[in-house]
Amino acid sequence: MKRITVHEEWCLGCHLCEYYCAFANSGGDDMADALRGVAIRPRIAVEDAENDVHFAVSCRHCATPRCAEGCITGALSVVDGVIRLDADKCVGCYTCILLCPYGCITPSEGKPIQKCELCLNNSAGAPLCVQKCPNRAIVLEEGAVPCAL
Amino acid sequence: MRIVIVGNSTAAVGAIEGIRLFDQKSEIIVIANEEAHTYSRPLISYLLEGKTDLQRMKYRPDDFYERHNVTALLGQTVTAVDAGAHELTLAAGGKVPYDKLVWAAGSRPFIPPVQGLDSAPYYTFQSLADAEKLASALSPDSRVLIIGAGLIGLKCAEGIAGRCARITIADIAPRILPSILDEEGAALVQAHAEKHGIRFHLGNAVQSVDGNTARLADGTALDYDILVVASGVKPNLEPLTAIGAKAGRGILTDANGLTSLPDIYAAGDVAESLDITDGLSRILAILPGAYQQGKAAGKAIAGFPVPFDEAMPVNSLGLFGLHMGTAGVAKGESTVTQTDADYRRFFFADGKLVGFILIGDLHRAGIYTALVRAKIPLDTVQFDPQKPALAAFAPAARQKMINGENA
Repeated sequence: MKRITVHEEWCLGCHLCEYYCAFANSGGDDMADALRGVAIRPRIAVEDAENDVHFAVSCRHCATPRCAEGCITGALSVVDGVIRLDADKCVGCYTCILLCPYGCITPSEGKPIQKCELCLNNSAGAPLCVQKCPNRAIVLEEGAVPCAL
Repeated sequence: MRIVIVGNSTAAVGAIEGIRLFDQKSEIIVIANEEAHTYSRPLISYLLEGKTDLQRMKYRPDDFYERHNVTALLGQTVTAVDAGAHELTLAAGGKVPYDKLVWAAGSRPFIPPVQGLDSAPYYTFQSLADAEKLASALSPDSRVLIIGAGLIGLKCAEGIAGRCARITIADIAPRILPSILDEEGAALVQAHAEKHGIRFHLGNAVQSVDGNTARLADGTALDYDILVVASGVKPNLEPLTAIGAKAGRGILTDANGLTSLPDIYAAGDVAESLDITDGLSRILAILPGAYQQGKAAGKAIAGFPVPFDEAMPVNSLGLFGLHMGTAGVAKGESTVTQTDADYRRFFFADGKLVGFILIGDLHRAGIYTALVRAKIPLDTVQFDPQKPALAAFAPAARQKMINGENA
């Protein structure tokens, strides 16, 4: 199954992926209109570490996902290898936030939580962060199953 | 092979999903005393609050049993287990033979020995039926007294706050949520609940009830219309202990969920697990653990055992909009940071993070949980009590975490 891998040696720290993520999930069709004056809440986050190291983190779609196994409502489930959110079932208990070793599930606006669903939940259809990363630091590839801490 | 699962909640669902990962053929029968399709028990407070409904609170979709080829015998109570004959006895009469049994029968409300309680009407708050009975008894004029300031009592209070006139909570413990919060954190959350109209009598047990009046240890008399008993739970383990299953407070199992009895597994609120943060065996009674125990039992029954060896307390809870998250142990050396909206306490031992209490901001708190679970020596990471980040890890470890073994 394809999953997103990130290459910190190529990450420029430009944070563009965060803006494209916010746009992809905004429901709008013009990026400038969608993001103007908005405090973005992306589902991918770039961490800026010491020594000018940067890397993006989004849901790893773990093979044995603690978030979905621990979800008290059944709102998080694995569908064809992708961890999907049924926001209608979620009550915002944040158990998943406390269980995700990557810090990739965050509170949201309008619904209790949000997470990367590989853009299957929006009109982009395929991860926009991958498509738009200027230095190909974020790639979608057949990858090893991440070992969640 | 015929696999019988007694119980129809989290651990039972975990067992079904664990079995069906590997075994599509064996017969699976679920027997439960409740009639309802599997539902999320913790959601009963959200149901009364109007934040979910009967359809959305189903723990798995309507076609769950069908899709997993499960026969559900709902509304049936198991009264006895014969481990030798591999057979269950139903209260309604009849026997059900099994090859493998998963005992995931959960727990029931503990009723404390309060004088007068045996003849006074009261409500409990554990099942959907409990919630529905309580909801139909409440009116906008109701004065409610809840015995118990733990998770169940407080979530009950939140759930019914908009449906009654007054809620008072009394507990023998000196602070609320004693199983997950420290004194300072409990005081903060209590103050928050008080702002939402909840009144507390703590360190002050209800000693007797008579008519519609409760008398507390300090002599206070409290008039009420509706009494809710939320003093914790008792595991439904008797049919197993009656035939010699090893047990402490809960049934003892190995990491695959196998009890001391042949072909009998136990999971969920009825079973103990080994808490990796303090090395003690106890009933953890948390939903994620119940699922993982059940799933481990299911995998083992299917012939592909993957021991569940990372049980630990992790609790996330919102109360009147205030979120709190706790994990691991809450004792020993600690650091505290506190701002108006945020309380953060971290516990350390042997150079490792062993537990934490966060109230307010839970952003990326799972990174802290991972530090506790994996017992990462803190001299190998840049631990930041304000801002959990993967940048805390050394680059090689981080790459492996994020991209997997082959990165």
